[in-house]
Amino acid sequence: MKKQVATIGLEMHCEFKSNSKVFSPAKNAYSEIPNSNIAPLDMAFPGTLPVVNKKCVEDALKVSIALHCTQPEYMVFDRKNYYYPDLPKGYQITQMASPVGVNGKIDIEVDGKIIPVYIHDVHLEEDSASLDHFFDTSNIDYNRSEVPLFELVTEPCFHSAEEAGAFIEHMIRVYRYLGVSDADTKRGQIRCDVNVSIADEDSLDLGTKVETKNVNSIGGVIGTINYEIARQTKLKEEGRYSEIVQETRRWDEESGTTKRMRGKVDAIDYKYFIEPNIPKYKISAEWLKEIKEGIPRLHFERKQDYINNYGLSSYDAEVLVKDREISDYFEECLSLGIDAKSAANWISTQILGFLNKNNLNIKDLYLTPMRLKDLISELDKKTISSKQAKEIFEKVIKEKKEIKDFISKENTQMSDKAELTKIIEEILASNQSQIEEYKKGRTNIFDYFVGQVMKNTRGKANPVLTKEILNEKLKG
Amino acid sequence: MLVKQMEEKSKFQRWWISVLEKSISELHELLKAGKVTSRELVEESLKKSHEIEKKYNAFVTICDEAKEMEVTNSLVSGIPFGVKDNYSTKDVLSTGSSNTLKNYVPFYTATVVEKLFDAGAIMTNKTALDEFGMGGTGMTCHTGAVLNPWDKTRMCAGSSAGSACAVASGVYPFALGSDTGDSIRKPAAFCGIVGYKPTYGMLSRYGLFPFASSLDHCGVLTRRVEDAAIVCDIMKGIDEHDMTSWDSSNMHLQEALTGNIKGKKLFYIKEICDINNYPKANAELKEHLNNFFKTLDLLKEEGAIVEEVSIDQKLLNAIASVYVVISCAEATSNMSNLTGIIFGPRSEAKDVFEMMKEHRTLGFSPLIKRRFVIGSYVLQKENQERYFKNAQRVRRLIVDKMKELFKDYDALILPVSSGPAKKLDEDKDVIDASTNVLEEHLQIGNFGGFPSITIPNGFVSGLPVGINITGNCYDDENILNIAYTLEAKMPYKGQIAKEASR
Repeated sequence: MKKQVATIGLEMHCEFKSNSKVFSPAKNAYSEIPNSNIAPLDMAFPGTLPVVNKKCVEDALKVSIALHCTQPEYMVFDRKNYYYPDLPKGYQITQMASPVGVNGKIDIEVDGKIIPVYIHDVHLEEDSASLDHFFDTSNIDYNRSEVPLFELVTEPCFHSAEEAGAFIEHMIRVYRYLGVSDADTKRGQIRCDVNVSIADEDSLDLGTKVETKNVNSIGGVIGTINYEIARQTKLKEEGRYSEIVQETRRWDEESGTTKRMRGKVDAIDYKYFIEPNIPKYKISAEWLKEIKEGIPRLHFERKQDYINNYGLSSYDAEVLVKDREISDYFEECLSLGIDAKSAANWISTQILGFLNKNNLNIKDLYLTPMRLKDLISELDKKTISSKQAKEIFEKVIKEKKEIKDFISKENTQMSDKAELTKIIEEILASNQSQIEEYKKGRTNIFDYFVGQVMKNTRGKANPVLTKEILNEKLKG
Repeated sequence: MLVKQMEEKSKFQRWWISVLEKSISELHELLKAGKVTSRELVEESLKKSHEIEKKYNAFVTICDEAKEMEVTNSLVSGIPFGVKDNYSTKDVLSTGSSNTLKNYVPFYTATVVEKLFDAGAIMTNKTALDEFGMGGTGMTCHTGAVLNPWDKTRMCAGSSAGSACAVASGVYPFALGSDTGDSIRKPAAFCGIVGYKPTYGMLSRYGLFPFASSLDHCGVLTRRVEDAAIVCDIMKGIDEHDMTSWDSSNMHLQEALTGNIKGKKLFYIKEICDINNYPKANAELKEHLNNFFKTLDLLKEEGAIVEEVSIDQKLLNAIASVYVVISCAEATSNMSNLTGIIFGPRSEAKDVFEMMKEHRTLGFSPLIKRRFVIGSYVLQKENQERYFKNAQRVRRLIVDKMKELFKDYDALILPVSSGPAKKLDEDKDVIDASTNVLEEHLQIGNFGGFPSITIPNGFVSGLPVGINITGNCYDDENILNIAYTLEAKMPYKGQIAKEASR
């Protein structure tokens, strides 16, 4: 058999955040209490009508622009008609004929390589209610009904599970950077339909497409793709390729396999038509311009910038752009003139460590970039040691004071050579046997002397200077 | 003393019977002057409701608990009215005249009804309709057929049959209706009263059970044009719950009724009104069309210009099919929420899909199911282009043609239907390709969202017939004024159904 190439396309759903839902005035918030955030429309009571949440449209346009899609002239919604217990109206309001974006393209990084991803379209729609299945009953929770849902459909442009996984991770960051969604997979805010086919390496035909619906995690998407590639390849190897049919499957988390749901003959005709209760809405050039101006630099661009223009390692840059707020903090540091590398160091070690330990958000961190600048400059001036700096870091936050409040004579670093030399001479004088040991070759005793100096000066001795003097004295 | 009291009461009651037949303004004056109280009006309206229900089967619910309201400066304050049962009314059964909602009590009130409540009007009953407004006979209500108050062997036409019957019988001065094809304007004609649907979006549809959203209009049935204007002045306005509603605060319908139509230009369509187009015309049709042309002379007497316009017969012939395709398609989708899971009688079937199936199979009448089949068929992927999309294109052509004519003319005037109300056993309201343009042309008003009003136009074979005036969008003031002026030239203003008053 010839070498097989897999082709993968994704339909990625993302729940948007907003105050009220996309077509109803109910609160858009996750709640453990079923049916606590609902309005009459969410349960399709007769006579209720959809009213579009403009903020959701704006957010959808924001993503559309960020993915370099083409935006339509008018905002139009369509009805997708089908019966399901989680769909109270019997139809979903979505976008079919004129979605909020088409023909987009972005670059993503996969294992250090940059690949292009082509976007077929993006559209805004409403989420369905959620179902809880029990032994002999099912409960319907309408909290999720009418929650704004943003669907992104890629072209079949991925060739491995890693590429698809990297794209989802990339998009999660895009949504977070744009502030349109928390994109939290644990809360089901990201859900994917995965299309996989295999074909001979040199074939123009992509092969028979198999769809796996509602995969709710990145791990699930990767598992689905790997399983499908293996399943399809095996069938083909065995000469049973005809058994691969256009069908819909589901991902079974427990067994790590996909299972058949329905075939093509059972495919639903959604009988799309224009939603008559929402008049088409002109998307003005001014509005688009305004939205575009509000779009921040995204992580991918920032990372390239940090590496290429600030000399950071790929690893450090990655740590900084993982979260927009951290990256914003870093950029504020840069704008204050802090050296990029030392800002990056401070953020990735001290600050992130502190935030994690205390479960805090960087936005709420008392140590603002301005204060960090003060701290780093004291360190640069060698008025404090790096150990002291770390102590001051915690103290400033704890006591909500300024850096200068902790730079006193008492705790300033001892950098006076004459004074230090005197102390060191005293220590050496009372440690003759250790000196002999050291001279015999036990060089690790050097650290013992440093320790003694630090003990004697209560940690204030400038460590670099201390080592310098010690070296000098022990040589003699 | 006792005798005197009884004498007074009986005198009162005789005078009383006619009081609900008065106009809204007259009632308001009586209420203001203390000559009648709101409580007396409500009690009388309820009493009359029970009588009319017994005779003509016009209601789904009679609100026996209805209470009087304070008389304020609002013209409708303290006055009873009726609401078609496809409006959502909080704490009052709202069935859409369908078994699928036979036990449904909403927890919110439709915007237009709420506005009337706020103005102090009192709802005394919910009126029967063809199931969800899908029918033109008034015979497909889950409570049975509504009979015509002028002749019990005839239908009221539909779907606002109960509202038309009750207003014609003098239960109150006005009742709400809804109009997707002609559901206000045709029963108004057959019951000898006024039926008005304003421009699409002037009245919020929030709380109106949808039939075909792009064609659905709220509206009112009254016995006087001025009453229609008064009620719509109160009901209209932009509503945050309905994106298709618009701001009409600069429009004052009642104030626009000047009675002066000098120089107004109206047209009628030759292909619809010319008797020569109907080679098999019976005597009733001849009389009906004759009567129509006589009425046009009355307009000319007031200084209006009336001209004949010819429109491509092909376009006119397409009206009925365009209506069927679009309305059935939208209805199929709109009524997909009726599964009996959240509201309506829930099926006991085991599986959720079986529950939905059973609820819908048992709940809907055969007529509706037939329309759902048509709606589904025309929306199917392989049929959509040919039927649904083409119907929308033809709808556009018809609307464009009308808008072009409205550049030159203030209004279109046409006879309603091919004569008076039909016998109950004459028409089973099957969607019939042979129904002619004369029966279906009112749907033009729904295609374009045009303001359209039917007023009584005398009698044919002793039964009322109507005449319809339709104008361009947002030209409601003009249309109402033309109707108002014409109404004043004829002796049918405020008329009450004869059999009912007997």
